[in-house]
Amino acid sequence: MSSRFLVFVIPLVVILVFWLMAKREQGQSHDPTRKGFFERNGTVLGLVFIGLVAFWTLFLVVLPYLYMAVESFHPKLVPAKRGGPEDVLTIAQYKSFFVEPSSGDWNTTHLWAFGYTIVISIIITALNFAISYPLAYYMAQAGTLQKVRLLMLALIVPYWVNEILRAFSLRLLLASKGLINQALMGIGITDGPIDFLGNNTGLFVGLSYAYLLIMVFPLYNAIESLDKNQIEAARDLGAPWWKIHRDVVIPYAKPGIASGCTMVFMLSAGSLAAPQFLGGPRTLWFTSIVYDFFFQAFNWPRGAAYAFILLAACIAFVMLMLRLFKVSLGETIR
Amino acid sequence: MSAGVELDHITVRFGQFTAVDEATLDIKGGEFFSFLGPSGCGKTTILRTVSGFLDPSQGKVRIGGQDMAGFGPNKRPTALIFQNLALFPLMTVADNITYGLRVRGVDKAERMKKAGELLELIALPGQGQKLVSELSGGQRQRVAIARALAVQPKVLLLDEPLSALDLKLRQHMRNELRAIQKQVGITFIYITHDQGEALTMSDRIAVMSDGVIQQVSDGKTVYDEPDTAFVASFVGENNAFAGTVIKADKSGAVVETAFGRLRGRNPKGLKSGDKAIIFVRPESLKPGKHAADTTLASEVTSVAFEGNVTHVYLKGLGKKEIILTVGRHGGVKIPEQGAKTAIGYDADMGIVLPDGKMARE
Repeated sequence: MSSRFLVFVIPLVVILVFWLMAKREQGQSHDPTRKGFFERNGTVLGLVFIGLVAFWTLFLVVLPYLYMAVESFHPKLVPAKRGGPEDVLTIAQYKSFFVEPSSGDWNTTHLWAFGYTIVISIIITALNFAISYPLAYYMAQAGTLQKVRLLMLALIVPYWVNEILRAFSLRLLLASKGLINQALMGIGITDGPIDFLGNNTGLFVGLSYAYLLIMVFPLYNAIESLDKNQIEAARDLGAPWWKIHRDVVIPYAKPGIASGCTMVFMLSAGSLAAPQFLGGPRTLWFTSIVYDFFFQAFNWPRGAAYAFILLAACIAFVMLMLRLFKVSLGETIR
Repeated sequence: MSAGVELDHITVRFGQFTAVDEATLDIKGGEFFSFLGPSGCGKTTILRTVSGFLDPSQGKVRIGGQDMAGFGPNKRPTALIFQNLALFPLMTVADNITYGLRVRGVDKAERMKKAGELLELIALPGQGQKLVSELSGGQRQRVAIARALAVQPKVLLLDEPLSALDLKLRQHMRNELRAIQKQVGITFIYITHDQGEALTMSDRIAVMSDGVIQQVSDGKTVYDEPDTAFVASFVGENNAFAGTVIKADKSGAVVETAFGRLRGRNPKGLKSGDKAIIFVRPESLKPGKHAADTTLASEVTSVAFEGNVTHVYLKGLGKKEIILTVGRHGGVKIPEQGAKTAIGYDADMGIVLPDGKMARE
């Protein structure tokens, strides 16, 4: 039996096992006043509910990932050979990330791109936090209602514009003959144009801006619920403003900070448009490699393997950070 | 260690609204001073002005003789205890108490020593490592006091800190607060709408209404010799009979009211023809006929036995009833419900004050 077929069977088996366990549990602790699912919702509506949820989780969430996971453990084959004797389970695709299969040397290009992507994403996350924290604090604690509304509108409206369009418009601004360089040369600050795109300024600006809201809103939510008296109490006890933030606001907002940082880091590391359009010529973003494997080399198994390596690395990194800052995963999704 | 607080013609405006109007006061060092008034009277505004969270629109705040203009809350020798206490939930009790020392750069050993001393003072020894959430309401109260005292303020400001506690605990904390104040000897400025708290704890009380300080005196004077109709009606229960003065001399004044002519003392020197209100405390009223100008008659609407005292309610003007309170061992016959009865008082137990705004019930 093909392993690809197995993918479709495993979730069904898991669901069946869970359902049987639930039935058993119900039988052991029978509460006569408790109504069953179908008794509460009626047979038709109950079936519709179950059907919709099952469709969503199975076909839109579980199966695509499972299929990709299985694919990543297969060799790249032409369609005719799929399911044939050469279609065996293998970890060759994962190995190829570390060792180039053709030469047997270390795969430095991809390893470098991987490390580069992770490091830049960390910097982007830190930068994003530095920009978003004052904004969120102002909106949550300091600003008047009217100003906060205006600010929120100004933050949200630009996101109505498509991400690719935004990336290109930034490119227009930052290009060597773009508006900013023209202005800088016009007032005589620089003689020649600055290569903003080549030195990755564009990448940083683009990525920081792309996920600004994703950082601002969790921070805003967290800080907003902080009792103003806490801030005043710290101030009254003699704390200067930065100690109030260090000791009172930031510890309180920690779950929000963790949530925002996690999402921005994950999205930055997995972003495609901004690095492609705004990165310098020497910038090789890891997701671009994954993209190329899928759509240029038609090597889906290797692309899938690379994508899972990135996913695993990101999850491991986030877990490590949560552990270091003593935040539980549950807190970040409140 | 303690310092006096002077309010020099303090006015605070929020837009068109005047929250505090020309408040002038001299609070002595080491005094337990209360601001008493209904909500919205401006007492919290005064407290925030003294602590530095608000700048007065006009006037000066002086602490220990020094003008506080330009000093933020973190630079003033005051410490504030918030209505909701505002303890830091993520810190231990000891860290809460010593936070003010930590931001001043006091080292950890010194801080822990200080925390131990203060925990001793507030009768929570050895509880420094607990979280605030593990403490009861009264214990949190005491931690908030210790946190404020840790920075050795010259003036402690308390913004209705007992209002969240239940009655028994509140009464207990009154004594405790007073004892702590005696022990540390610094100036306490206490904000409350509860006259019981103000009367039991304070050396002096400022009664406020609509941003104006109505009277500044010790509790007994505020109760017995109110300056205005507001003070008479806000502090303690009081029966008010409005009317016009028809006769006035040094010994007293007679007011023509809906319940006949009533006589009382005339401390404000009202003259014949002035609009006036005569106040008689429920405990000063007694069943039975008195002199003609200190007796009134009405129908008993209800009698409420409360253990140590009995309240008799009589039909008054409009919805407001006349209350008469009889002590347990007075040997007085209590009138029955529905009876038309005469009640009266000793002439110097009535006080005639100029007509003015009364406290809302």
